[in-house]
Amino acid sequence: MRLTNIFNNKSDLLSVYFTAGFPELNSTISVLEALENAGVDFVEVGMPFSDPVADGPTIQGSSTHALNNGISLKLLFEQLEEAKKRVSFPLILMGYFNPILKFGVERFVERCVECDIQGVILPDMPYEIYDEKYRHIFEKRGVFPIFLITPQTTDERIKLLDENSSLFLYMVSSSSVTGKSSGNNMQQLAYFKRVAEMKLKSPVMTGFGISDNKSFKRVCGYTNGAIIGSAYVSAIKNSVDIESDTLSFVKRIRG
Amino acid sequence: MIYPDSKGFYGEFGGAFIPEMLLPNIERLKSCYNEILSSDGYKQKLSSLLNDYAGRPTPLYEASNLSSFYNTNVWLKREDLNHTGSHKINNTIGQILLAKELGRTRIIAETGAGQHGVATATVAALMNMECVVYMGEVDIERQAPNVARMKMLGAEVRPAVSGSRTLKDATNEALRDWINNPTDTFYIIGSVVGPHPYPDIVTRLQSVIGIEIEEHFRLKTGKDYPDYVLSCVGGGSNAAGSFFPFINNDNVTLLGAEAAGLGEKSGKTAASMACGDKGVIHGSFTYLMQNDDGQITEPYSLSAGLDYPGVGPLHSFLKVSNRAQYIPVSDKEALDAALQLTRLEGIVPALESAHALALLNKREFLHGENVVITVSGRGDKDMQTYMREFNL
Ligand SMILES: Cc1ncc(COP(=O)(O)O)c(C=O)c1O
Repeated sequence: MRLTNIFNNKSDLLSVYFTAGFPELNSTISVLEALENAGVDFVEVGMPFSDPVADGPTIQGSSTHALNNGISLKLLFEQLEEAKKRVSFPLILMGYFNPILKFGVERFVERCVECDIQGVILPDMPYEIYDEKYRHIFEKRGVFPIFLITPQTTDERIKLLDENSSLFLYMVSSSSVTGKSSGNNMQQLAYFKRVAEMKLKSPVMTGFGISDNKSFKRVCGYTNGAIIGSAYVSAIKNSVDIESDTLSFVKRIRG
Repeated sequence: MIYPDSKGFYGEFGGAFIPEMLLPNIERLKSCYNEILSSDGYKQKLSSLLNDYAGRPTPLYEASNLSSFYNTNVWLKREDLNHTGSHKINNTIGQILLAKELGRTRIIAETGAGQHGVATATVAALMNMECVVYMGEVDIERQAPNVARMKMLGAEVRPAVSGSRTLKDATNEALRDWINNPTDTFYIIGSVVGPHPYPDIVTRLQSVIGIEIEEHFRLKTGKDYPDYVLSCVGGGSNAAGSFFPFINNDNVTLLGAEAAGLGEKSGKTAASMACGDKGVIHGSFTYLMQNDDGQITEPYSLSAGLDYPGVGPLHSFLKVSNRAQYIPVSDKEALDAALQLTRLEGIVPALESAHALALLNKREFLHGENVVITVSGRGDKDMQTYMREFNL
C-alpha cells in the first residue's frame, strides 16, 4: 500500500512510532505484525541513536535499550526485508543523521528501496542541508523526507516545507521533545487553526504528546491524523504479550 | 583570522544539523549575532566586564626556568589568573550580554568538569538571571566542589541521567531544555562546538586571548609574532581563541594537545581528531568518536574538561587543511607536565592546561625560538586528582 493512497482514502489516521530492536532485538517484526493486525494505518520505525536530542526520556530509554540489545542499521534492514513479506502497510523510518552518514547515505537510500521504505524522518537534518547536499540522492530513488513543523515555524517556512514535501508534513503539537503531554491549550489551538487555515497541499499528521483517545480525537479535528510514539513504547516496554497489548492500546486510542 | 561561511561551514565542517524545533532560536541568533558583537555598546560593556570583573588582560609571562630547562623561550598566557580560574569566563560574559540583548531571562548551560558551569552561574548571578546547569550524574559525583560552587552562586544543577551520564549527555539535556523553552531561554554553550553560529560566537569571544598574546608579545620582544602557539583542545575554545589572530600567518606554528587518556590505541581516549572520524555531533559536522554503526562512543580522559567525544569544526578544518597540528597527550604525560610547571615556576595548572604544557616534550623547540603556551586554567579544581596521583 502506498502512503498517498491512504491519505486520499481515509481520515483520522493513526500512525505509531516504535523503536527497532525494542524490547527485544528481534521484536521488530512481531511489533510490526501486531500493529498491522490492530489496524494501525502506517508505522514509523525508529532507528536507535546514542544521542537523540529531540526525544524525551521514554524514547531515549528505548533507544539505549535497543542499542544494548545489539540493533544496528545493517541488522534493522535485514529485519525490514523479512517484515516486507509479512506486513503490507506503509513503513517509514525515523532517526538521527549520524548513523546514516556512517552507513553511507547512498547505501542507506538503496536499502530503503529494497525494503519498501517510502519515507524518512530525520529530525536533525534541516530542509536547507537536505536540499543542498542530499536531495538528489533521495529523489533519484523515490525515497522522500518528511519535514517537521512546530508552533514556532513561520507561515513562510511552512509553505516552503509544504511545497517540498512529497508524502506529508509532521506537525509537532507543542514546543517540546517527544513524550511530554501537550502544553498550553489555547496557544495550541491557535497553532492548529493557523496551520489548518493555510490549506496546505500536503497531508498533515500531528505528533508529540498524543497519548490517549482525547488527544487523538482533538488533533484529528484539524489534521489527517496522529502519530503516537512514547505512549506506545511505554505500553510494550514490559509486555509479555505484544499482540494483545498492542490491540488494546490501539482500541483505547481509537475509542 | 577565520570565519565560517554564511551557513556556518569551515570548509566541509560545521553547519547547523538541528531539529526544526531549535531552528527559530538558531536563526534568530544567526541573524543578529554579528551586528550585536560588533556594536559599540556591546563591545564597551564586554571590555569593561572583562577588565574590571574578570581581571583582564591576563599576563604573558616569560617562564625563565622552563625556558632554561627546554633551552628555548617559553611564554605562558596566564588564563588561569582569570576570575573563576579559567578562560571560560571570557565566553560566559560575552554570551550573557548577548542573551540580554535578545531579551532572554533564563540561562541554561552544560558542564563537564564544572568550570563552564561555574563561569555561567557566576555571570548569571551578576546579571540576576535564572540559571540551570546540566551536568552528567557521573560528573556530579566526580566534581563535588564545583557543584557546590554553582549552587552557592544560585544556579540549579540538574543531573543528566541518560546515556553515559557525562558531558555529551549534559549537552543533549541542555539542547532538550532549549527545545522545551523556546522563547525565554538562552543557551550559553561552553566551547566552540554545537550548531552554527555557536562555534563562531565562542571563537570570537575567546579571541581576546590571542589578541592579547599578539599585543603583549610585540611589546615584550619587539617581534610581530611568536614561532609557536600551543593550547589544549577539549571542544577547542581556548585553542581557537589563542590561535585566532595567527591563523592567517603561516610563520606561526599552531599546535593543539588532544587528550589521549590511556593512549591512542587503548580504547580509553578522548583524542577525537587522532582516533575518531567525521560525523555529526550536537548539530555540527566534525571529527568525533563513534563506533562502526555511527553511535557516539564515550571518551576517556583523566581531565574532565577534555573528556568530550567531538571537537569544534574550526579545528577539524585546521587539521585537514594542515594549518594546525593536533597531538595526542596521555594522562601520564599531562600529570608529569603539571608537576614540572608547579616545581619550576610555582604555578599549579589545570589538568587540561597541563596537556598543552606536555607538548614541550613532544616537539623539538630550538634555542631562540619563542613558544607561547596558553595555561587555560588553574589547578585548584584538580587537587583531588593531584593528591591521589602524587601521594600528596
Ligand atoms: C581549564 C580548562 N581548560 C580547557 C578546557 C577545555 O575546553 P576548551 O577546549 O573549549 O578550551 C576546560 C574545559 O572545561 C577547562 O576547564
